[in-house]
Amino acid sequence: MKAARHALLLIAGLLLVACAHAADAAATSSAVPWWVWPLGLFIACFLMGIVAVPAGIGGGTLFVPIVGSFFPFHLDFVRGAGLLVALASALSAGPMLLRSGLGSLRLALPLAVLASASSIGGALLGLAMPAQLVQMLLGAVVLGIVVLMFTSKKSEFPQVDQPDAVAQALALHGVFLDGASQRAVRWQVHRSVPGLLVFLAIGVLAGMFGIGAGWANVPALNLLMGAPLKVAAGTSSVVLSLVDSSAAWVYINKGAVLPMIAVPSVVGMMLGARIGARLLNVLKGSVIRRLVIAVLLFAGTRALLKGLGVWP
Amino acid sequence: MKNPGDLAVQPPEQMRYATWLDWGTRVGLVVLLLSFAAYVLGLAQSHVPVSRLPELWIHPVGRFLELTGSPTGWGWLALVHRGDIAGLLGIAILAGSSVLCLLALVPLYWSRGDKAFAAICLAEVAVVLVAASGWISGGH
Repeated sequence: MKAARHALLLIAGLLLVACAHAADAAATSSAVPWWVWPLGLFIACFLMGIVAVPAGIGGGTLFVPIVGSFFPFHLDFVRGAGLLVALASALSAGPMLLRSGLGSLRLALPLAVLASASSIGGALLGLAMPAQLVQMLLGAVVLGIVVLMFTSKKSEFPQVDQPDAVAQALALHGVFLDGASQRAVRWQVHRSVPGLLVFLAIGVLAGMFGIGAGWANVPALNLLMGAPLKVAAGTSSVVLSLVDSSAAWVYINKGAVLPMIAVPSVVGMMLGARIGARLLNVLKGSVIRRLVIAVLLFAGTRALLKGLGVWP
Repeated sequence: MKNPGDLAVQPPEQMRYATWLDWGTRVGLVVLLLSFAAYVLGLAQSHVPVSRLPELWIHPVGRFLELTGSPTGWGWLALVHRGDIAGLLGIAILAGSSVLCLLALVPLYWSRGDKAFAAICLAEVAVVLVAASGWISGGH
């Protein structure tokens, strides 16, 4: 346990050192051999993947602020790759989550239709805006995520006495086997209309910044609509797999997806996430969460200052 | 008394979606990895030489396209034999895999009289196809 904690501290330290070193090297990116960047990206994403799972945050949320702030790639390509990182992770996890009932297709589909449509608008808006403005807004959003991670409460099994009319008409309910208690848990949701509107806004953010929106999906499903926490996390992944598909096409069509940036990122993040999932029961979630908050705080501040031209 | 696992059986459409998604993702990832390996190992000629990338990826996408003559929209299909462009094939499979999964659900929902969800599936397919077509993003 103690060794694992030390290992994690080392990983977080490495991540910060790698970021700071990358920021220095980024200034003279043309002088560095080309293969250093994809290799560095792979290592950074591998480390991000390890900490992302135990911290309960999507790898895509870490990817854009960190890579956008500390690597030499233009933010257009970082967002394109970020969407693919989030998409590939969501697609890989989706089948298992759906089979176990932790992800509900019935709950995900209506939300995904609206969020997918708005994510196209978000992606177009993000690609049309000046990079500095996007960088600044990204910094503000990331700092907002930090605040949300600090303050947001969670409810394992929210009380939903009565589903609303929309939830009733669309039969937005289900059942899953809770591994901890070994009992079948039935659930239903309420406040569907506010939930749909919130997902409309989440789609814009996902498309604009290329960040996976699990940080927003889970509270919206859990605290607003009343889905159990595990169902909220699983369904968020299914929603992401659909929303990021639409937004990713906008970036592909605009030519903003470079395989040399996207592929090492996807592979590194997925390999790291496998290790992170294995460490889930060994590491203390609250410690990792605090470390991830520290990294995000650093990356968010850097993005904001970069956008403001204070820290180029 | 029933086993809790028997009580938590998932609907058939959810299981079908999971199976199709599983296969779509696997195929996409395999194509992505193989094409990237061919690219970095130099087995296929690149549209943009890898050595030039550090001086190019610092630019906004519009400038990058000007400097490299890289295609937008579906123009990449004509250059798919080039190592760097071939990587987009795996990416396109990953980004498009949900379309087939959703279409596979429509007959299930329709035969059960669940027309609302059949329509929702078709609406999501339409959204992804509009995004993929490049009509809105002006990629064509």
